[in-house]
Amino acid sequence: MKITNQMRLTLDSRSVNESFARVSICAFVACLDPTVEEISDIKTAVSEAVTNCIVHAYKEELGNIYITVAIYDNNVVRIKIRDKGCGIENVEQAMEPLFTTVGGERAGLGFAVMESFMDKVKVRSKINSGTCVTLEKHISGRE
Amino acid sequence: MSVELKKDDKKIIAFLKGDIDHHTAAPIRSKIDEIISLQKPSLLIIDFNDVSFMDSSGIGLVLGRYRLMNELGGKVRVENLSKSVYKVMSLSGMDKLVEIKKREEEKNENN
Repeated sequence: MKITNQMRLTLDSRSVNESFARVSICAFVACLDPTVEEISDIKTAVSEAVTNCIVHAYKEELGNIYITVAIYDNNVVRIKIRDKGCGIENVEQAMEPLFTTVGGERAGLGFAVMESFMDKVKVRSKINSGTCVTLEKHISGRE
Repeated sequence: MSVELKKDDKKIIAFLKGDIDHHTAAPIRSKIDEIISLQKPSLLIIDFNDVSFMDSSGIGLVLGRYRLMNELGGKVRVENLSKSVYKVMSLSGMDKLVEIKKREEEKNENN
């Protein structure tokens, strides 16, 4: 598997950037001619991961969100969304549907959405150091 | 993102427009809640016809309004969901609590 194209993006953890993150990543992936559904799946998963950085990692304080997108020669897109926030104590628990630490109106479905809309989701996290979410999807494209 | 509210007898219809995410959900929420607490309707219809994108924040939005309407003894109905919005919404098991209607043109599709 060889990388054919790559991009990097660093964003302030401001909620207004959630839409910029998902739209710009999808614009980059557009060269693979994805279907409407594939685009929408990626948009939704990215939105969840970026929102996690803002709401959980940095707890509404300002920090950087680091995004890299790599396109591979077998039409696989790998998106890494990384923060230097508080980290997740128990990743397995955090990924359980409906689990949420913030209450209010967060549904606790962020990771469930990522897992059901992408082929692979990997989470690495270290307390007080940060979290890296890797999302992977094969793009079949429009015939 | 915007929300337009219409009152019709004991019913309130909230027409949502644009993208629903964590950033846009908060102002929509407070606008809908304001009219609910003022009018105390028996039915809240949330219309998604002009929603271009929704992540799990939209689930929280509907769930929160369901709780509020439930306290008032009222019901919530969610209407005109596009295929992609329906896909997110159906992950939540919300259909057990709230009536969910897809867009007319998507009802006949096999999805």
